[in-house]
Amino acid sequence: MILTPESIQRIKDKLAQYPQRKSAVLPALTVAYRQVGHLNDDVYREISQIIGVPTLEIAEAATFYTMFPKQPVGKYLIQVCHNISCSLLGADSLVAYLEDKLGIKKGDTTPDGLFTLICVECLGSCATAPMMQINHDYYENLTPEKVDAILQQLRSEA
Amino acid sequence: MTFYSPVITNAKEAADNEKLHLFKYVEDPDQPKVETYESHGGYQAWRKVLSTMSPAEVIDEVKKSGLRGRGGAGFPTGVKWGFVPNDSTKPHYLICNADESEPGTCKDRVLMERDPHGIIEGMGIGAYAVGCHLMFIYIRGEFGHCAEMMEKAKEEAYARGHLGKNIYDSGYDLDMIVHTGGGAYICGEETSLLNSLEGERGMSRIRPPFPAIAGLYACPTIVNNVESLATVPHVINRGAEWYSSLGTEKSTGTKIFSLSGHVNRPGNYEVELGFSLKKLIYDPAYGNGIRGDRKLKGVIPGGSSTPFLTPDMIDVKLDYESLVEAGSMLGSGAVIVFNEDTCIVWALKKLIHFYRHESCGKCTPCREGTGWLEKIISRIEAGQGRPGDIEKIEEICENIMGHTVCPLGDAAVMPIQSAIKHWRDEWQYHIDQKKCLVKSEFAF
Repeated sequence: MILTPESIQRIKDKLAQYPQRKSAVLPALTVAYRQVGHLNDDVYREISQIIGVPTLEIAEAATFYTMFPKQPVGKYLIQVCHNISCSLLGADSLVAYLEDKLGIKKGDTTPDGLFTLICVECLGSCATAPMMQINHDYYENLTPEKVDAILQQLRSEA
Repeated sequence: MTFYSPVITNAKEAADNEKLHLFKYVEDPDQPKVETYESHGGYQAWRKVLSTMSPAEVIDEVKKSGLRGRGGAGFPTGVKWGFVPNDSTKPHYLICNADESEPGTCKDRVLMERDPHGIIEGMGIGAYAVGCHLMFIYIRGEFGHCAEMMEKAKEEAYARGHLGKNIYDSGYDLDMIVHTGGGAYICGEETSLLNSLEGERGMSRIRPPFPAIAGLYACPTIVNNVESLATVPHVINRGAEWYSSLGTEKSTGTKIFSLSGHVNRPGNYEVELGFSLKKLIYDPAYGNGIRGDRKLKGVIPGGSSTPFLTPDMIDVKLDYESLVEAGSMLGSGAVIVFNEDTCIVWALKKLIHFYRHESCGKCTPCREGTGWLEKIISRIEAGQGRPGDIEKIEEICENIMGHTVCPLGDAAVMPIQSAIKHWRDEWQYHIDQKKCLVKSEFAF
């Protein structure tokens, strides 16, 4: 089993809320993603057993939504918003800065497996641009100094 | 981590201004706690509704207030509620649409983070009005912190008897589910949201049937934006007459504008509808002018899906009618400001990339058209534009506009059409000279 007993219980708790079991698909995927870091066929199969929705239908839903990586990513998934409001305040240069600091290109993972750098669409932080989301947390009003401090902090915690 | 957005608001102004109400307490760090919310008059409207008003009276009051949907379409909230059939034997559902993803928009997030009970109270009143006993808030998946905030507020509301069985001994039962999405702009469109909430891919549905007749689980369903619902308790507390005295005759009330891009003070500002766009951008209490003393190039007034305005057009009132008259739309109230250093082709490349990425793929004109547009606009931007590209873009836009099930296709097209209309010379320059007229190199 990939999912921990805690994750399974959380999925069951979610399932119990809904009038129809299929509504628990996205909440279940969210629980799984938060535990595993990405989703794959094995995860879909386990969710299928818990919520009683065919594996195929779970995969069908999961592959539509961009928030869940479908293959392993670094310990820290850096998601830089490259939509319009963030771009006006330097999202392109933020990406270039991160590429330089991490020594990787957009879409890649550092060799130590710590960081994956990707660009994502608008995350609703337009008035606190530029911003990035790392795993589940938002980092807003970014400056080079702030980015340095964030990377240093994450490296020391890793 | 960042549990609380550092975004600037005009809460101080709202605290002293009797007309403003949504932002009165958003700078009070204790406002998310139910006790604090109650001490500020919270849940009084909910008590009033359950003890003294019939659902029809609630609908009537909200209709009279003139409140219109704050998510983008601007449809009258009370009228929408009135569409739910009285004689239906199926369960009815109310869904608060918190899938805030229209580029430029970051207002609902602040309400969820800083005043979650205001949303729950508004949802409750809406639920009662449409005969619903199980209501949902659908929050975009990336807003995990908002979902935690709403979940906590929900638990508090149950504990204090604002939700659950026989609320305030009225005999009325109401339950609530906090649901999170998986990252898809399209799910802010109500029929896609319904599919998503049913555990399906978030693709739009053909209407009719409208959700009010056959929505979630094929039952009568009302979907309202966060800000619309957060406004409802104020309408009930102070009356439709008071609310309709705010704003303009047809655009009543206040609205939160998310101001972003090249301004000195980006932020969320609650103002009366009919407020001056120019003032919002230049007044020191709001945007405080263009960053770095640059000149203004253009403004998108209602989220990335609405047409551009040029500097000579910004002496316009921020209300539904005035912006339509000016050739744009109020949309979600997301004002995006572009300075003179912005290459318009570069800006549109960013936007069309987004719409191509977010098109659900259901309708051919949108699925294929946004892909073609991205390809052509990207090649112009890269200095590989060809003669006739502008006309080709226009032709594709015309073939998307109005030919799709949901508004995403139109949304992709409108900023492009307006950008060509206003800056055609710049597009032509880009094709002829194979480079930008102005280079968009923005440091962070």
